[in-house]
Amino acid sequence: MFRYRKFKNFLFLTFLLVCALTVLSPLLLVTQFVFIKGASSLNWDFFTALPKPVGETGGGMAHAILGTFYMVGIGGLIAIPLGIICGIYLSEFSRGSLSSLLRYSIDMMTGVPSIVVGIFAYLILVVPLKTFSALAGGVALAIIILPIVTRSTEEILKLVPNHIREAGLALGLPRWKVIVYVLLKGSRSGIITGVILAVSRAAGETAPLLFTAFGSMYFSSSPMEPMASLPVQIYNYAISPYADWQRQAWAGSFLLIIIVLGVNLGVRFYLNKNEVLQVFKRKKGQK
Amino acid sequence: MTVLSVKNLNAWFGDFHAVKGISVDYPEKSVTAIIGPSGCGKSTYIRCLNRIHEEVPGARVEGEVNLLGTNIYDKTKDVVDLRKNIGMVFQKPNPFPNMSIFENTVIGLKLQGKSKKSELMEVAKSCLEKAALWNEVKDKLHQDASGLSGGQQQRLCIARALAVNPPVLLMDEPTSALDPIATAKIEELIDELKKQYTVVIVTHNMQQAARIADYTSFFVLGDLIEHGVSEDIFTNPKEKQTEDYVRGKFG
Repeated sequence: MFRYRKFKNFLFLTFLLVCALTVLSPLLLVTQFVFIKGASSLNWDFFTALPKPVGETGGGMAHAILGTFYMVGIGGLIAIPLGIICGIYLSEFSRGSLSSLLRYSIDMMTGVPSIVVGIFAYLILVVPLKTFSALAGGVALAIIILPIVTRSTEEILKLVPNHIREAGLALGLPRWKVIVYVLLKGSRSGIITGVILAVSRAAGETAPLLFTAFGSMYFSSSPMEPMASLPVQIYNYAISPYADWQRQAWAGSFLLIIIVLGVNLGVRFYLNKNEVLQVFKRKKGQK
Repeated sequence: MTVLSVKNLNAWFGDFHAVKGISVDYPEKSVTAIIGPSGCGKSTYIRCLNRIHEEVPGARVEGEVNLLGTNIYDKTKDVVDLRKNIGMVFQKPNPFPNMSIFENTVIGLKLQGKSKKSELMEVAKSCLEKAALWNEVKDKLHQDASGLSGGQQQRLCIARALAVNPPVLLMDEPTSALDPIATAKIEELIDELKKQYTVVIVTHNMQQAARIADYTSFFVLGDLIEHGVSEDIFTNPKEKQTEDYVRGKFG
């Protein structure tokens, strides 16, 4: 009996392991592939130079790197404060039908295909202003970021037990101070994680930028002009017939992954470090 | 002198009538225990005394609670100001997350924006001393409060409530999540606090009520069955129901 049970246990554990590996393998394969193809094409020029005309080899994507940060910045500036405020509203003040309508709309927004977001930004900004612009790209990215930040903030705040809120109110603090100084402070790391997830998602989006920021081959600092971004540059290069451009598309993909991964890990490490330091201090205090 | 006086207080959750027409006076610098079987409305009642009950959706209160001569249910009074005069300690120790022991102690004062930094340190020291926690934490004031033990956290919550200097302190089963040693410490502390504060404490533990309370109220299903000097309630109750409960025949 015992041996049979042990065998069954082994069988299921193996099955679970295979499942886990299957789930992980696309991530590993993608990273590995991009790393092999991309890392070899990275050089100093890639980070500092502008694209060379067709036919000449070399050149870089400096303008696209800056453009990505620029437009994700615009999107973040619009969507992060708005998203956090919406999340607070949903978690702390939501009673009645307005909030369920808002929550439903936010869920719908998450589900809107990003190409549709791009067309929307095109209609409300590119058409009336008669130019492709970084501003339109930023707004499109803001629409991507907003629902993710809103829902993650709401969920994180809902994890705070009610007696914490009541303890704050019982001290004679107005509700807004309880929210800002107790709840937001206490859930800081969770909210920041949500923001990072949203921003990294936006950094990798191509579709919303295709006909809003459009792309360019030059540096640009004006929000009213077309602007290059890594995903669009990668797209344009990858579908081009030139081997050197395709090589650069791989390098761009590699860089994009590194940026997203780097920001993710960096912030997580920073937040963890604070916690690790706390534990360390505590241990020292006990001695 | 009567610090807190409750007149005909009723509370509801939706249609459920949880607290039924309670009237009690609480003398200054006394400890009053509220005992009764589970679900008898003791927590709801004590939560009406600082208007936290109304935070629950569907909750409703009628009646009067006079704190230092002001009816806290007077519509013209600001609930935030009223709560400054009445501290509360909860069942579960609930120090604020991501805050040091020092920050937790003084947050009430700090966010009321009245005190300078140097004063905050003095307040923290005196409140942590009053809460019998100072000696255990004085070397780690700036560490996260979540590193403390449950009993220490609960004493920190008491210090946090004391820091805004309310004349009345409400305690909702403050020791039910703690071990006997931590409980004994909190009980000693309540005895000490009585010299300066008026304490109303909900407890499941009749021995605890007998040990620390000057007065005891006995609740059943939202009704106040009997209120009086603790000794009388526990040794010579007037009502049959009280007698059965304190003798352990039901509840």
